[in-house]
Amino acid sequence: MNAPKFKASDYKSDVDPIWCPGCGDFHVLMSISKALVELGRPPQDVAVVSGIGCSSRIPAYTNCYGFHGVHGRSLAVAAGLKVSRPDLTVMVMSGDGDGFSIGGNHFLHACRRNVDMTYVVMDNRVYGMTKGQPSPTTEPDWDSALSPGGTGLSPFHPLVIALASGANFVAREFSGNIKATTKTLVEAVNHPGFSFVEILSPCVTFRPDEKEWKNTVHSASVEGTDDPARAARRIMTDDGMNTGILYRGKRKPYGAKVSDEIGDLAPLEAAFEV
Amino acid sequence: MTQTDQRLENVSFAIVGTGGAGAITAGSILQEAAGRAGWYGYLTRSVGPQIRGGEAAALVRLATRPVECMTKEFDILVALDWKNADRFITEMPVSANGLVVADPQAGAVPSAITSAQIATRECALGDLVKEIPGGRASMIAVGIVAQLIGLSLDSLMEVVAEKLASKGAAVIASGRAGIEAGMAQAKEYDNDFALKPAPEKSDPRWLISGNEAVGLGALKGGVRFAAAYPITPATEVLEYLAPSLASIGGALVQAEDELSSINMIIGASYGGRPSITATSGPGLALMMESLGLAAAAEVPIVVVDVMRCGPSTGIATKSEQSDLNIAVYGFHGDVPHVVVAPLGVGDCIFTTQWAVHMAEHLQTPVIVLSDQSIGQARALIERPADVAFIANRKTYQPAPEQVEAGQKYDRYALCADGISPMAIPGVPGGQYTADGLAHSVRGLPSSKPSDQKDQMDKRHAKIEGFNFGNHWGLSEGDADTVIVTWGSLTGPAREAIATLKDEGTDVRLVTLRQISPFPTKALENALQGARRVLVVEQSHSGQFYRHLRAHTTMPFEIRQLNREGPYLIGPDEIRAHIRDWKCS
Repeated sequence: MNAPKFKASDYKSDVDPIWCPGCGDFHVLMSISKALVELGRPPQDVAVVSGIGCSSRIPAYTNCYGFHGVHGRSLAVAAGLKVSRPDLTVMVMSGDGDGFSIGGNHFLHACRRNVDMTYVVMDNRVYGMTKGQPSPTTEPDWDSALSPGGTGLSPFHPLVIALASGANFVAREFSGNIKATTKTLVEAVNHPGFSFVEILSPCVTFRPDEKEWKNTVHSASVEGTDDPARAARRIMTDDGMNTGILYRGKRKPYGAKVSDEIGDLAPLEAAFEV
Repeated sequence: MTQTDQRLENVSFAIVGTGGAGAITAGSILQEAAGRAGWYGYLTRSVGPQIRGGEAAALVRLATRPVECMTKEFDILVALDWKNADRFITEMPVSANGLVVADPQAGAVPSAITSAQIATRECALGDLVKEIPGGRASMIAVGIVAQLIGLSLDSLMEVVAEKLASKGAAVIASGRAGIEAGMAQAKEYDNDFALKPAPEKSDPRWLISGNEAVGLGALKGGVRFAAAYPITPATEVLEYLAPSLASIGGALVQAEDELSSINMIIGASYGGRPSITATSGPGLALMMESLGLAAAAEVPIVVVDVMRCGPSTGIATKSEQSDLNIAVYGFHGDVPHVVVAPLGVGDCIFTTQWAVHMAEHLQTPVIVLSDQSIGQARALIERPADVAFIANRKTYQPAPEQVEAGQKYDRYALCADGISPMAIPGVPGGQYTADGLAHSVRGLPSSKPSDQKDQMDKRHAKIEGFNFGNHWGLSEGDADTVIVTWGSLTGPAREAIATLKDEGTDVRLVTLRQISPFPTKALENALQGARRVLVVEQSHSGQFYRHLRAHTTMPFEIRQLNREGPYLIGPDEIRAHIRDWKCS
């Protein structure tokens, strides 16, 4: 194997993260850098796109091209970017509020559209930046000032929804497992089409109970499948702590793209002549 | 003794029928044939909300000189049937001395359009159709109108043969038989609406709708990417761009909603591709947050709003000029940006091309306020002049040795004109994060008061220092009575002024293409010597009038002609206001 062209520090900026000490997102940032080393993509050819929330702060912590947009719309920004610049590696960073609540509709259609990019959602089952409100993946009885006694709502199941909507690659990892997460991210980027990686990333401040995740996650005992029906059964029946690549699809990625060549406008103008 | 030419400078006709009966096709064939012969013309459609089976009418005006709006009354009305006529017939009154042609078997002529002066010709369309294999009443209507206004069979058949080429020779032959039958019928009428001969032309006329013209202007400006969410009356912009962009190596993506389409074009533009989307009021409302992001992150984009009657869902198929406030003032925070409005169908090309140029040069959003009245109108115009505006973004291109030395890149560096070079992904050493958060010169999140002030000043300077040239609008004439208007009402105002001149009343026209930033100096110059000013706009609350008053001192006697849609303010209404004022 050739020596890596870049080292992890080549992908990191000199900006200090705003995250709380112990936040799972630190580990995710490390895994992303390591995955990019393994992928060997020059930092200037990678774009990291995000919305709003703790996890969405990642672009400025990388040394790649970054885009930190409005709440919930990162997948749309990324789709426009990838279609117009197919030469770039596009990674989207989101959280359970940004990605599944305000950005929920875009999630469905990004899976359907199957643009070749990687969607990483750091799921901590809470709105951390606004100081502890329930998100779509929060348990129904989780008590908070905004929803005293809990929301009473069934949690959203991101992996099932991704699969049902047409995502071409579905995986779950735990932020603390840097080696496994790195490997999965490399595969996700290399897999054609829309790759979805949910990373369980504890919020130690508002969900101290999630510190236990390191003891409850377990890696999938079987290899990922390319059969959506089998993948669906496995995802539906697991305990939500099952990590690894769960589905590798074979759908053709979205086709439209902008080329560098600019065609002649004369025929378009001539069409208006009578 | 010389005989005066009694033929008309101007003729207008309506062909009405149930949706799907072919009224719109008939009007289009007549307009295109007239264009080939060298006449000018304007076609609008009146359609109901039903997708099929509702009412449909083609309203066509042909003339010996360029026309930019429909007439209030019609010389000829041909009814293929009278189904649902009550819903729209008041929109197309027949002029005194006009002619109504209808099949008696289709029912009585609605009382709303009958009067002692208006002649009615019974034409058994239904029976005539039965005699022609594959015959259609709409083609008979084409023949009737053509005979009355003086269009030849040959010129019509050129168009018919092209339009129906894919349907085969039998269909074309039946079209011809229908036209001939209609012409034979109309020869029996003693009414004559013959147009004067068309002026000589060197170039072919163009036949283009405002929505297509917006699309073409975008492409001429260098647009490479569009994102689309369908909405009436803007969809044709997107439907024009989809195949056109693909044909020149660009791309259009259909988005899941307007929140997505605006963010897709922001992403594409961040990637270095000039980008556009088109929508109408409800879509623009959804886009406002992200338009602010494009301004803060300094990503150039163009958003075209083809305005319709609001508020809320309003009347999707009818026009208004009531999105001025949201386009200019609808942002949270202070957002320097540009708003422009095309002055007619043909000007949609220029204005959109200019908008792309400005967005790219200023690295900021530009909103184009078109509207249904010009977007969905199809005009015969002279070939538009080519203009040099093209996307030309100032980009960051560090030398390899600068990259090697690890030179830091300040994406939002402070500079005199505020326009800092933008790095395009893929360029080594240009990596930065575009951010909607308040940021430092490097683009890093910052809540420091000095960074907030510097970046606000920087973005403001871009707009403040820009040379808008003489494209702010138009000033025609120097009379002390002035009509001030904007965008799509330019054509109707100009026509009102032309007819007032024939009556011996001189009126000046001042119309604005540049809505924001407000061209205060240019407008004040244009209003030198004014005494009476009539402000004309299609808005119930007078949004344009308030906008004017906010930005200029107007020490004149001022009146307003402003009201909501769906009835368009036309030349007659404007003329009546001026006449009343003169008498008072």
